[in-house]
Amino acid sequence: MSKREKLRKERDYDAYVKQKTPKPTYLKNVIWAFCVGGLICVLGQFITNVFENMNMSEKDVSTARTIILIFLGAFFTGIGVYDKLGKRAGAGSIVPITGFANSIVAPAMEFKREGYIFGIGAKMFILAGPVLVYGFGSSVLVGLIYLLINK
Amino acid sequence: MEYIRAFVVGGVICIIGQLLIDGTKLTSAHVLVLFVTLGVVLTAIGVYEPIVKYGGAGATVPLPGFGYALAKGAIKGAKEGGILGAFTGGVESGAGGVAAAVVFGYLMAVIFNPKTKN
Amino acid sequence: MAIKKLGKQTVQFKNPPTIISTATIVGPKEGEGPLRSYFDRILTDDLYGENSWELAESKMLRETVKAAIEKGDKKISDMEYMLAGDLLNQLMSTSFAARDLGIPFLGIYGACSNMAESLSLGSMLIDGEYADYLVAVTSSHYSSAERQYRFPLELGNQRSLSAQWTVTGSGAAILASKGKGPKITHITTGKVIDLGIKDVNNMGAAMAPAAVDTIVTHFKDTGFKPEDYDLIVTGDLASVGKEIAQDMIGDVGYDMSKVYNDCGLLIFDNEKQDTHAGGSGCGCSATVFCGYIYKEMKKRNLNKVLLVSTGALLSTTSSQQGQSIPGIAHAVRIVNDV
Repeated sequence: MSKREKLRKERDYDAYVKQKTPKPTYLKNVIWAFCVGGLICVLGQFITNVFENMNMSEKDVSTARTIILIFLGAFFTGIGVYDKLGKRAGAGSIVPITGFANSIVAPAMEFKREGYIFGIGAKMFILAGPVLVYGFGSSVLVGLIYLLINK
Repeated sequence: MEYIRAFVVGGVICIIGQLLIDGTKLTSAHVLVLFVTLGVVLTAIGVYEPIVKYGGAGATVPLPGFGYALAKGAIKGAKEGGILGAFTGGVESGAGGVAAAVVFGYLMAVIFNPKTKN
Repeated sequence: MAIKKLGKQTVQFKNPPTIISTATIVGPKEGEGPLRSYFDRILTDDLYGENSWELAESKMLRETVKAAIEKGDKKISDMEYMLAGDLLNQLMSTSFAARDLGIPFLGIYGACSNMAESLSLGSMLIDGEYADYLVAVTSSHYSSAERQYRFPLELGNQRSLSAQWTVTGSGAAILASKGKGPKITHITTGKVIDLGIKDVNNMGAAMAPAAVDTIVTHFKDTGFKPEDYDLIVTGDLASVGKEIAQDMIGDVGYDMSKVYNDCGLLIFDNEKQDTHAGGSGCGCSATVFCGYIYKEMKKRNLNKVLLVSTGALLSTTSSQQGQSIPGIAHAVRIVNDV
C-alpha cells in the first residue's frame, strides 16, 4: 500500500468512526458545569464578604479565600466526594480553584503506596505541576514585559 | 446582587471549560493550564480586571482568577522592585494558594486512601 | 513442512487440546452485572486483603489458577506450563503470581488479547506434544489500569461516552492433551492493524479493524462461515467497536449479525452500571470466556464458538508521543465433541 493510499484509508476510517461514536451530551454537561461552577463561586463570594467585614486588606482576603477553598477541595477529594461531583459537574468542579486542589490531592493519594518521597512528594504535581510552570512562567514574563514597556 | 453576578460569571467561565473538554481533544489537565495562562495574559492586557470588578469571586475563584492574581502580583512587583520584583511578584501572590495545596494535599494523602469506583 | 497450517494464518490441530476446566474471579461491579451467576467467585472488596491494586490483581490471578486446577482435579505440580500476561508494566501481576505458584512460566503480552493468545500458544504446545497439562490465564483490574493508563481514581473528571470500563477479573483455563470438555480445533493468529485512531477513549474503534482482519482471515483460511458458529465473540470492542466490526465484516460479504456478540457488552449492563461503551481489559474476554461461554458449552447450549480476543497495543509513552493505537486480535475456535 502506498503512503498516500494509507493516509486516505486512515482519513476515511476516522470520518467513519466519528460518525459511529456517540457525541457528548453537551446541553446536560453545560448546565451542570454552569450550576456547580457558579455555586462554588458563590461560596467564594460569601467567604470574601465575611473577611471583608472583618476589615482585612484586599490581598489578605484573596489569600484567605484561596486557602479555605483549597482546603475544601482537598478535604472533599480525601473523603472521596469530589470525584463523584466531578463526574456530573465536569468543568464546573474542575475549573474553580477547588479543582486545582483536587488535581493535587488525587495523585498524592493514588501514589502513596509508592512511598512518601517518590510517591506522594513527586506525584503530587503530575497534573498541577504544568499549571504552576505555565502560571508562574507567564507571570514573570508579564512582569518583565511591563518593565520593558514602562522604561 | 453580587452573589448573582458571581454565580453567572463563574458559571460562564466553567461553561467555556466544559465546551473545550467536550468539543476538542483537550483533557481537563490541558484546560487547567490553558485557563491559568489565559488569566495571566488577559490580566496583562487589561481585560480581566473589569471582569473581576463585575463578577467578584465569580472571576477570582475559577483558575483564570489564579492567573489574574499571578499577573497582578508580577506587575506590582515589577513596579515596586524592578527586575527582581517581576520575578518574585507573581509567585508571591500565588504563594498562599500553592502552600495550602501542598500542605493539605500531603495531609489528605496521608490520612485517606483512594477508593475504588463503581 | 508446516503440515498443521491452514491458509495464511490459521493452524488446525491434529489432536485438539481439551479445556478440562476453567475458573473465574471477578470484582464487585462485575458481580453485579448480567453474568454474575457464571463467575466462581465475586470479591466484595477489590483490594482483596492486599496493600495495593497491583497485588490484589496478582492475588486474583493466582487464586484463579488454583481454583481452575482444583476444578480439573489436578495438582499445581501437574501443570507443565503457565502461559499468562496482564496489562501492568513488566507483567507485574502475572510474574508475582507465577513466583508464588512455581509453575514453569512463559509471560506473554498482547494487551487485552491475552486470553486468546495464551490459549493459542497453549494449544500448540499440547498438540505439539510438548506438554500434557498447562494453564492459560490472564487478569486485569480497574484500579491498577486506571492509575497506569489514565488518571488517579479521585480525580474529578468525566469519562467520554465511548470510553470503556476495565474489568476487574481473572480467568484461567486448564488445557490438556486428553480429557473431557470443549476442544480447541483451530486458531487464527492476528496481525497488528492500525488505521490511525489516536483517541485513547475510543479503543473499540482502534481495535475493530484488527478483529475484522482476523475474523475474515479465519473464514478464508478455514472455509468456515458465520453460520458454522453458535457464537462469534470479540474481546472488548464494546458498543462503538462492535458496530464497526459488524459493518466492516458485512462489507466483505459475511453476515455475522445473528451470531455475533462482544464480551465487553455481555459483562456489564451499560445502562444500569454506567459503564459507557462497555467493558475492556484482559479480564473482560477471560472472565466471559472462562465463565459464561465455557459453562454454556458444558451445558451444550453453545457448541461452536469463535473467541476473538482483541488488544490495543498502546502504551502511555506511545500515546504521549502522539502515536496512533495499533490493534491486534487472535481467534480461537472451540467446539464440543459431537
